[in-house]
Parts: sequence; C-alpha cells; structure tokens
Amino acid sequence: MKKTTMENFTRGIRDGIPIMMGYLAVSFTLGIAAKNAGLTAFQAGLSSFLLNASAGGYAAFSAISAGAGYIEAAIMVLVANARYLLMSFAMTQKVAPDVPVWKRILMGYDLTDEVFGISISHPGYVPPAYVFGAMTVALPGWSVGTFLGVIIGNLLTAELLSALSVGLYGMFIAVVTPMTKQNRTVLYVVLISMVLSMIFNTVPCFSFMSEGIITIVLTVGISLAAAILRPIKEVRE
Amino acid sequence: MSGNIYIYLFFMALVTFALRVGPLVFAKKEITNPLIRSFLYYVPYVTLTVMTFPAILRCTQSPISGAAALVAGSLIAWKGGSLFVVAVSVCAVVFLVELIPGIG
Repeated sequence: MKKTTMENFTRGIRDGIPIMMGYLAVSFTLGIAAKNAGLTAFQAGLSSFLLNASAGGYAAFSAISAGAGYIEAAIMVLVANARYLLMSFAMTQKVAPDVPVWKRILMGYDLTDEVFGISISHPGYVPPAYVFGAMTVALPGWSVGTFLGVIIGNLLTAELLSALSVGLYGMFIAVVTPMTKQNRTVLYVVLISMVLSMIFNTVPCFSFMSEGIITIVLTVGISLAAAILRPIKEVRE
Repeated sequence: MSGNIYIYLFFMALVTFALRVGPLVFAKKEITNPLIRSFLYYVPYVTLTVMTFPAILRCTQSPISGAAALVAGSLIAWKGGSLFVVAVSVCAVVFLVELIPGIG
C-alpha cells in the first residue's frame, strides 16, 4: 500500500525531530567556533543555512580563523565535505529514477550526514516528501543553533555541552547498528572500520591526514574491499 | 579573517552544494554494475562508523563517558530503539557518567 505524499512528509518530520534536537545542541559549539572566527550571529546563522555541514562548518571557520584565502578555504571545505560526494552517489540508488531534477536539487541541498542516514534506513526508494519533511525541521535546527551559539554558547556549562555533543553520534549509531544485526558482513565491516579509524586517528605516521581525508580514504578503501570480497546478493523489488 | 565573509561563504557553499547535488542530478539512472552497487551499499555504514569512532571518545569531557555512550547507544539500537530514543539516551549516559567523581 503506497503512502500518500502527506504521510511521507509527516513521517519525515517525525524522524527529523531528533536530528533537529541534535543539531540545536551541536551547532551551539559551532556557533562558538564561528564567533571565534569573527563572525556575527547573523553571519554564523547564514553559513549554517548555506553549508548545512558539521565537519564542513568547523573546517570553514578554522580556515577563516587561520587567515586562509578564499580558494584555500574552499579547498579545505571540499576535503572535509568530500564524503558527501559518495553519499550523493549512494543516494542516487535510493531515489526513484523518475524523480524530477528540481526535487533532486532540493534533496541534495540538505544532504547532511543525518538526513543521509535516515534516507538510507528508509525501506525501498525514499520518497522526496519524506526527505523534505526531515529537512523542514532539521535545517532551522542547524541555523538557529549556530545563531544562538554565537550569542549564548559561553553560558552552557561544560557538562551540558559535553552531554549534548554526543547527540549526533547517537543518531549515527541508530542508523548503523540495525543493519549490523541484519547482515553479518556489515557487522564485520563496521568493526573493521572502527579499528582502522582508531589507528588512522591515533598513530603518528598518519597525523598528516586531516579528518576529512581519513574519512574518504577509509570509506573508499573499506567499502571497495567489502564490495569485492562480499558482493551483495540482491532481491529485485 | 582576512577577507569578506560573504565571499568566503559563497565559495564554500558552492563547493559543498556541488558535491551533494552533482551525482543526484547527473547520475540519475540506476547503476547496474554489481561492484559499484555493492560499493555504494557499504559506503554509508563505513562512513558513519569512521566519523563516529574514535571521535565520540574525544568530544566528551572524558573518553570514559564517550565510550559508555557508544556502548549504551549500540545496545539500545540493537534492541530496536528508535533514532530519538538512542540520541536522548547517549546524551543522558554522558551526563550521568560525568557526574561520577573522578570522571570529567
């Protein structure tokens, strides 16, 4: 039984609410980083609205703080956000081929890690209405949180900031874990990814690699190895 | 900062937008190559895992609360907890663990 557009939209909103709350919390810290880079609350809110990216946002403000030039800053953001290219490709398989270009553009615009996560979790093709529902609540969460972060971020206690900052990771865990239960290969892939990620992030010989680069290298390397060694068996819908 | 913030934003937003929208708009057809399909199947799980760990240990005041959050979150998700429940639980776990004297 196909759901109506309205039902998909509302489900999107429902699933988008935890994302919004996670964003509100995490973007507080982003707001502080923005303030340190010299941005006003309005500019910080605007950047969040345009970028919609956590790691990318931090990369952006770090670049600006460090006095990087326009192109250099753009490259840093490119590397930090390069994983979105892979996510977008992964999304092309979750979006029905007949979805029109304007809807694709809109969906892609807010393709954050979390929106990507819930879209992937959606069974079958993900309806654009679902993504739009999630975006409607999540987008403001990000911008408003960053905006507020500039203004009152310093008022949050270290304990609160610490507790709220894991919210987004909680969401990633919620997306990945069910599949590890369903598919033994995914479980092994996740465990291997954790080990390699720990190694690449701690061992000094890799310290020249930024987080963005590590994410890309590991994603491509591990996914490719898994694809070669354990190709997925598909059930044609 | 050494330049106009709006120009910075323009370039950075353009780059990010292109990364996200490019494939969705230009690679519309269903990919049939089995290797690529398998690759794209695993990509989300690898990328989200790599981004979560070990970062989750470092974003909290102590790696112990981060680790507790990871374990608790995974358990709750394994048992079927929704996105919202898992997200709230990990935050609560961090807050509670950090109340223990000696941690945080």
